[in-house]
Amino acid sequence: MGTQPRSQERRNFLNIVLGSGAVVWLGSLVYPVLRYLVPPATAATDVNSVRVATVDELRPGEYRIFRFGRLPGILFRMEDGTLHALSARCTHLDCTVQFDEEKQQIWCACHGGVYDVNGRNIAGPPPRPLERYEVVLKGKDVFVRRGETA
Amino acid sequence: MSRIYDWFRDRFDLDAVAAFAKKKEVPLYRGTFLYYLGGICLFLFGLQVLTGILLLLYYQPGENTAYESMKTIISRVEFGWLIRDIHGWSANLLIFFAFLHMFSVFFGRAYRKPRELTWMTGFILLALAMGFGFTGYLLPWNELAYFATRVGTNIPGSVPVVGGALLKLLRAGDEVTGATLTRFYGIHVSVLPALFAGVLGLHLLLIQVLGMSVPPSQERLPPEERRSIRFFPNFFLRDVMVWLVILNVIAVLAVFFPWELGAKADPLAPAPAGIRPEWYFMFTFQTLKLLPAHILGVEGEVLGILGFGLGGLIWFCIPFIDRWEGSHKVSRAINVFGVVVVVYMIVMTIWGYLA
Repeated sequence: MGTQPRSQERRNFLNIVLGSGAVVWLGSLVYPVLRYLVPPATAATDVNSVRVATVDELRPGEYRIFRFGRLPGILFRMEDGTLHALSARCTHLDCTVQFDEEKQQIWCACHGGVYDVNGRNIAGPPPRPLERYEVVLKGKDVFVRRGETA
Repeated sequence: MSRIYDWFRDRFDLDAVAAFAKKKEVPLYRGTFLYYLGGICLFLFGLQVLTGILLLLYYQPGENTAYESMKTIISRVEFGWLIRDIHGWSANLLIFFAFLHMFSVFFGRAYRKPRELTWMTGFILLALAMGFGFTGYLLPWNELAYFATRVGTNIPGSVPVVGGALLKLLRAGDEVTGATLTRFYGIHVSVLPALFAGVLGLHLLLIQVLGMSVPPSQERLPPEERRSIRFFPNFFLRDVMVWLVILNVIAVLAVFFPWELGAKADPLAPAPAGIRPEWYFMFTFQTLKLLPAHILGVEGEVLGILGFGLGGLIWFCIPFIDRWEGSHKVSRAINVFGVVVVVYMIVMTIWGYLA
């Protein structure tokens, strides 16, 4: 720096000041646009609990598809009478799975993923089990809540 | 007429343009037909713009209106079915011919110096065209579109680190909803056309500036043995003839093989059996289907997606990889790579349809 004439030093200084000013100015233009692109949170995605049925409506061995937020879930009543609920969202690439009554398996038509009735991934590409919801009984009403993963 | 010409000539250097048009030549050899491919893509893009604008007159984006307005277009608007089918068919043919164009450029090694940027802009155009296909697919808001979009947006969503934000940005939320449809509509009719027009302009400009490439086998011939024809009017008129044939083929396809609208999207319904993407995404679809859940501790789909990303990047950078002039080994390796890519895509596509 010492070997440069003063005018050069001043020029460098001005370049840095103006350059950073320009970057900040651009940032102040781009930032609101980037924030605008991020959608606001909607009420539908915040659903945490839903009433699905009454205990009497489901006999052992039966199942019911229910709406959880925007997507479906599956509530099973096993032969021993216990209840469990799963998300119908395939863990592979997000398609909606369906229950194959004949094979007693959960199946995804998109890429052929297969889960057992407990939601465990047993064949095909799904990397994880289906999300498991918590089942809560309040009197005779069956409520499903977002809970732990199987 | 000549007065109008003179009016413009007084203001702009029209003679230079005329001289350029006169000078422009197209190499004449066994592979001359390959030079039609780019022009065909250009024509099909024009057809897309035209039919797209016509569809805009009746289409109404929105969860409760998109499917219904498509129904109106194909059943109540006069010739609406024709416009929609031409839009669909020419979109598919555009992707098909763009692939052919790309592979002919690849195997003719037309991407070499000085045409690296022509190759790269062409690659970007193909990527944008596939973006058009992907965003346009959702617009009818039918069952197939809905699940194709859920899977398709989940793919960038599984990219490490930025995936989550990317998914939210694409879907306009965590799920595919009416908000996604609005966003895709905006991208399809304004963002992509603007980008495409800019890159296409550059691509065409580069072709005019650099002239048409000939494969190495022609380059080696002494200049007096090389033959060519004038672009204006000789080659251009042939171009127009080919476009006319293509237009007729599309008309026949539109009449005899119309696109089905299918059932309206229902977020609560499971994915229907036999669901599959458009043919040009089939090889990626089939690969993702075949990959096991985990490979070396990493989720199979993540590895597959990163693999495709890397493959695309190598393909994009081919001009800089194939730069050892005259090196027989390198050009052989590039050829083998190209053949492997083509065979892989064809085999996976066929497998996808048979499975």
